Amino acid sequence: MRGIPVSESETGSFSQRKRSSSEKLLDKSFKAVAISLAATVAFVLFGIFLVVFSGSLESIGRYGTEFLFTSEWNPVTDKYGAFTAIYGTLVTSLLSLLIAVPLGIGTAIFITEDIIPEKARYLIGLMVELLAAIPSVVLGLWAIFIMEPFLRPFFVFLNNNYSWLPFFNTEPLGPGMAPAIIILVIMILPIITSIARDSLNQVPIKLREAAYGVGATRWTAIFNVILPAAISGIAGGVLLALGRAMGETMAVTMIIGNSNNFSWSFFSPGNTIAAMLANQFGEADGSQVSSLMFAALILMTLTLLVNIFAQWMVKKLSLKY
Amino acid sequence: MLPNRSDMQKAPIYKMTPTMKIKNQMIQELKTCVSMENVTISYGKQEAVKNIFCDFPNGEVTALIGPSGCGKSTVLRAINRMNDLIDGCTLTGRVLFDGVDLYKPEIDPVEVRRRIGMVFQQPNPFPKSIFENIAFGARVNGYKGNMHDLVEKSLKQAAVWDECKDKLNESGYSLSGGQQQRLCIARTIAIQPDVILMDEPCSALDPISTLKIEETIHELKKQFTIVIVTHNMQQALRVSDKTAFFNAETKKGESGKVGYLVEFNNTEDIFNSPTQKSTQDYVSGRFG
Ligand SMILES: Nc1ncnc2c1ncn2[C@@H]1O[C@H](COP(=O)(O)OP(=O)(O)OP(=O)(O)O)[C@@H](O)[C@H]1O
Ligand SMILES: [Mg+2]
Repeated sequence: MRGIPVSESETGSFSQRKRSSSEKLLDKSFKAVAISLAATVAFVLFGIFLVVFSGSLESIGRYGTEFLFTSEWNPVTDKYGAFTAIYGTLVTSLLSLLIAVPLGIGTAIFITEDIIPEKARYLIGLMVELLAAIPSVVLGLWAIFIMEPFLRPFFVFLNNNYSWLPFFNTEPLGPGMAPAIIILVIMILPIITSIARDSLNQVPIKLREAAYGVGATRWTAIFNVILPAAISGIAGGVLLALGRAMGETMAVTMIIGNSNNFSWSFFSPGNTIAAMLANQFGEADGSQVSSLMFAALILMTLTLLVNIFAQWMVKKLSLKY
Repeated sequence: MLPNRSDMQKAPIYKMTPTMKIKNQMIQELKTCVSMENVTISYGKQEAVKNIFCDFPNGEVTALIGPSGCGKSTVLRAINRMNDLIDGCTLTGRVLFDGVDLYKPEIDPVEVRRRIGMVFQQPNPFPKSIFENIAFGARVNGYKGNMHDLVEKSLKQAAVWDECKDKLNESGYSLSGGQQQRLCIARTIAIQPDVILMDEPCSALDPISTLKIEETIHELKKQFTIVIVTHNMQQALRVSDKTAFFNAETKKGESGKVGYLVEFNNTEDIFNSPTQKSTQDYVSGRFG
C-alpha cells in the first residue's frame, strides 16, 4: 500500500512520520478483537433470553396474560399466577427508590459542596461506599435480627393509626415487605450516592462561578444551576439502582416472608420475582418450572424496559454545556 | 450590612460648592469605591500576589494590566469574594468597599456579589435559554419590573441583541464564543451592581464587537464603577481612567512567581510618563 509520499529530507529526525505496517495491523486486529468481544456479550444475552423464553412457552400457552393478574400459586393443584410476586417486586423497588433517591442525592450534594470540611466529607463518602461492600446475606441477617425488631414499633404505630389505608392494614408480625423495602434502601443508597456525587463533581467550575457570580445563594445555585446540569448522570444512577432493587435476591428473600398469598399491606409477608425464583427452583418440577421461567421472563422484560427508559431519559434530560 | 450606595449616589457628589464643606469628608470617602490595603492572596501556601495597595475610584474605569500569570484575575476575583469558592485560597489585608471591610466575618459574600458583579475570563452562560440566562440573575436579585424589557435592554447594552432577538428561547450555548461572552456581560449589566468587574471581556471578540463593548463601558461608567483586566494596551488607553500595572517576580528561596503592583496612576501617566522602567517596557511592548 502506498501512503503519502515523504521526502527524505523531511523524515530527518522524525522517524514516525510514516506508520509501519505492523502498527497498522495492530490497529486492525485490535478492532477485530473488540468487535468480537462485544458480540459475545450480545450473544450471551440473546441466548439467555431465548432459553428463558422457550422454557416458559408452556406456561405462556396455558395462562397467557392471566398469569400476570392472578395470585394463586399452588404446586398441588398445579395452578400458577405471579401477581403477588410482581406486586412485591414493583412495590419494594419503587418505594425503596422513593426513599433512597432524596437521601442519596442529598448526601451527594452534602459531600460535593464545601458545607463541612474536606476531611469530614471524604469520610462520609468513604462510609457510603463501604456500605456497598457489605454482602447481601449479611444485610439479610442484620435485617432479621436487628433492623426489623428495631423498626417494628414504628410499623405498629403506622398500623394502629393508619390502618384505614390498605397498605397498612395488617399487623406487623415480622418478615414482610416493609423491612424488605428498608433493606433495599440500604443496598441502593451507595449506588445513587456515588453516581450522583460523580455527576455533581463533573459540573464545570465555571458554571458554579456563573451562578455565584450573579449573587445566587448556595441553595439557588444548587437547585437551579448545579443539579440541573448534573441531572442526566443522576437519573442514570437512579435507574441503575432501580434495576438493582428489582433484581436483588438474597437479602430480600431472607426478610420478605416468601408468601404467595396476596395482600395489599406492606406489613404482611410477600414475595418478589427474584426471591421466588431463588426459593422454588430447587424443588420445582413439571409445569412449575415453566411458570417460574415465565416469571423470570417478566422480570427480565421489566429490567429491560427500565434500562430503555433510562437511556431515553438520560438523552432527554442532558443539558448541553 | 453593606452601606446602600444607591442612596448615596443620588446626592450630587461632584458639584461641590464651598458651602458644602461639612460633606467634604464624606465625599472624599465616596470618591474611592473599592480600596485594597496591604492585600496578599495565596493559593495554599503559595503566594500569588503580595502587598497590594490600590484605590479604585468611584464612577471611573480602572484597567489592570500586566503579563500573564501576574495575578490580575486573582486580584479582581478578590473584590467580589469569588476566590472564596477556591479551596485553599486565602487573603490577608483589607478590601474596603465604601469603607466596609468585605472580609469581615459578618459580611455575607452573597450580598457582596450582588453589589459587585463579574464578567469572567471565559464565557460561562448557564445551560438555559438566552432569556433565562439574564432573567435568572435578575430574579435572584429580586428584580420586580418587566423582565422582557430588562432582557432586551441588557442585551442591547452588551451589543448582542441583534444576534439574540430571534432565538431568546434557545440555549445560551447555541451562541458563538464571542456572543456568549457578550451574553455574560448582559447578564451582569442586568443585575445592576454598583461595581462591575471584567476579566478580559473582549479577548474572544472581533474588533467591531470589541468597540461596541468599549462603548458600552463608557456608557456604563456613568452608572457603575468598573474594573477591567485587559491584555490590550490600546483598549486600556481607550476605556480606562486609571491603570494599574502588575508584574511578577521570582522571590529568593521560593519556587513560583509572586505578583505585585508596580505602578498605579492615571492612564495617561502610565502610558506617557511611567515612573518605573518595567512599566515603560511593558506598555511600549518591549516586554518578554
Ligand atoms: N485556582 C488556582 N489554584 C492555584 N493557583 C492558582 C489558581 N489560580 C491562579 N493560580 C496562580 O496564581 C497566579 C496568578 O494567576 P492569575 O489567574 O491571577 O493570573 P492572571 O494575571 O490573571 O493571568 P492571565 O493574564 O493569563 O489571565 C498564577 O501563578 C497561577 O498559577
Ligand atoms: Mg486572568
